Amino acid sequence: MSGIPHDHYEPKTGGERWLNNRLPVLGLLYDTLMIPTPKNLNWMWIWGIVLTFTLALQIVTGIVLVMHYTPHVDMAFASVEHIMRNVNGGFMLRYIHANGASLFFVAVYAHIFRSLYYGNYKSPREVTWIIGILMYLLMMGTAFMGYVLPWGQMSFHGTAVITGLFGAIPFVGESIQTWLLGASAVGQPALNRFFSLHYLMPFILAGLTIVHIWAFHSTGNNNPTGVEVRRTSKEEAKRDTLPFWPYFVMKDLFALAIVLMIFFAIVGFMPNYLGHPDNYIEANPLATPAHIVPEWYFLPFYAILRAFTADVWVVMFANWVTFGIVDAKFFGVLAMFGAIAVIALAPWLDTSSVRSGRYRPMFKWWFALLVVDFFVLMWVGAMPAEGIYPYISLIGAAYWFGYFLVVLPLLGVIEKPLPIPATIEDDFNAHYDPKTGGTHTAVKPAE
Amino acid sequence: MLRTVTLAAIAAMGLAGTAMAAETETHITDYDFPYEGPFGAFDQMQLQRGLQVYTEVCAACHGLQYVAYRTLHDEGGPGLPEDQVRAYAAQFETFDEELDDFRPATPADNFAKSAMPEAPDLSLMAKSRAGFSGPYGSGLNQLFKGMGGPEYIASLLTGYEEAPACAPEDFPGYYNVAFAAGGYPEECIDEEGHHVAPGSWIAMPPPLLGDDVVYEDGHEASVVEESKDVTAFLMWAAEPKMMARKQAGFTGVLFLGLLAVLLYFTNKRIWYRAKYGPRDE
Repeated sequence: MSGIPHDHYEPKTGGERWLNNRLPVLGLLYDTLMIPTPKNLNWMWIWGIVLTFTLALQIVTGIVLVMHYTPHVDMAFASVEHIMRNVNGGFMLRYIHANGASLFFVAVYAHIFRSLYYGNYKSPREVTWIIGILMYLLMMGTAFMGYVLPWGQMSFHGTAVITGLFGAIPFVGESIQTWLLGASAVGQPALNRFFSLHYLMPFILAGLTIVHIWAFHSTGNNNPTGVEVRRTSKEEAKRDTLPFWPYFVMKDLFALAIVLMIFFAIVGFMPNYLGHPDNYIEANPLATPAHIVPEWYFLPFYAILRAFTADVWVVMFANWVTFGIVDAKFFGVLAMFGAIAVIALAPWLDTSSVRSGRYRPMFKWWFALLVVDFFVLMWVGAMPAEGIYPYISLIGAAYWFGYFLVVLPLLGVIEKPLPIPATIEDDFNAHYDPKTGGTHTAVKPAE
Repeated sequence: MLRTVTLAAIAAMGLAGTAMAAETETHITDYDFPYEGPFGAFDQMQLQRGLQVYTEVCAACHGLQYVAYRTLHDEGGPGLPEDQVRAYAAQFETFDEELDDFRPATPADNFAKSAMPEAPDLSLMAKSRAGFSGPYGSGLNQLFKGMGGPEYIASLLTGYEEAPACAPEDFPGYYNVAFAAGGYPEECIDEEGHHVAPGSWIAMPPPLLGDDVVYEDGHEASVVEESKDVTAFLMWAAEPKMMARKQAGFTGVLFLGLLAVLLYFTNKRIWYRAKYGPRDE
């Protein structure tokens, strides 16, 4: 399966041989678990396990929650309270599931920014990257639909706002919105179909998880140096790698235990901190909350959506060029989806021949600014769209696009990268060789 | 430590149907409650006093439709003995769909819904009014000061003050410095659109005036004490499993911590040879 040469599974007993000749499942398991993994992976390579675990946690808690939940506009809110008050351990199930969504997004953002820094998206890992972005989109859809189910004030009015985005598409928007909601307004048909899709999509995610792992097992993991594992012989590959079991399984489990410790502290002591209090008020179509705020993990993109108001010159220009078809609202929708599309296009926008940000002196700063930008957008997305906040959103949104569309292509041309290590083994030994005290770095000149 | 914090509260915290564009400043006092913090627990006596205030004052208009009478007996709650719960429930009538008639309530029934349609149900009030995202939307007040729904409720109950001089005599409602979402007279808005006085006008008359109830345990029945007691009761009503939740959280953190320590040493040992073992070079 892997492009890195390694020992394959050999059946040891008659029973194993019998099964493996009929279905090579043991071989598949062995090769997956013993996959040669670059031995210099750092602690930012733990988020994949956290994500896989969280998906399983959400599916398991979700299945039990469904046993007690009623997807009906008159009963949904009360059935959630029933879970919180009467179902054995129901309050823990629901709080774990609700905060599990936040854990999911913390992990996915760490995972994505890790990949953006170390250039994981670059050739030959573009397919892994694209599948990852698809999974991220699916996660956002699942989280949004799940948030609708308790049928609180934010559920209801948030749905109206988000499906309203599709209504902004010229000519066909209104039809699409009606098609999505199953009616002209948010109501029973919307609740029913969101419930159905919220149950379905995690299983598609589980399937894509397998494809995602398959893809990077075929190319091999990237690593903090961005230097490829040597593949000329099994012996050479072995000097750059260690098998996934037990080295990385143990390391990842340790990290997972730490992450879950923080997670359980939040679930146990402040389970409502990340949620919006208005969602403890039953949905009332006649009372619109003054500020409709999405969950924290949508805020950066929500800020980009709201940044492009009618008085921004790009919006005016787009409006003029398209004879008024693209108005401010539709432009905002395009910007929001565009902000995710540019992440997906990173493999082709980044022109640098050096993979890892570790050896790119200018890139480092631009990347740090992108991380700051992400948090600024998150903060400004929660603020009302008045006063100075729209200007901050606009600057933040401009940098987001600037980073992917201008900085990444240009840096590859103007930046002089630092020398990179010749092999992963050199990098690893420089860290851990007791003789050099971890200070010596073996390098080869930059290509 | 009691400290009043001035907050730019979001107008959405208010009653149904009253949406207001301007942000209103409110005065919220950071009251101390025994259940705050990771190890805080409900004070059973306080919950029982709060139940008394709720029954004798609030229940005249408000309801508690998601709370069952039987839960008054629950551990970690008011902890009334079973016979008292039965006697308490029997004071009230509930509509039985099978009988198609009213009958005395039993512990299996829920508290009544609001008697007045404009009085919101109080079951989840302590959680749905926790919208203190300040300062500057960071949520730090909520995180470090434990400011939340209970602080809001207690501040509202004690927040009735004499209306500012700018307001007309006949302006509908009652002036309250903690309430953000009520009506506000135009006379009290300056040229720049800012409110000259905090809070707004609430439809609910001051429910507590002091000595509204006679506590059996001889506790002081001042407005502040009554407010705190009924607030604690409403917090329990909104989050009846808080004690069990904190316990589960604590157990979870403890065991995962232990697991993390074991995994740390396992991991260190497994990697030792790869990191510092003999090298074939």
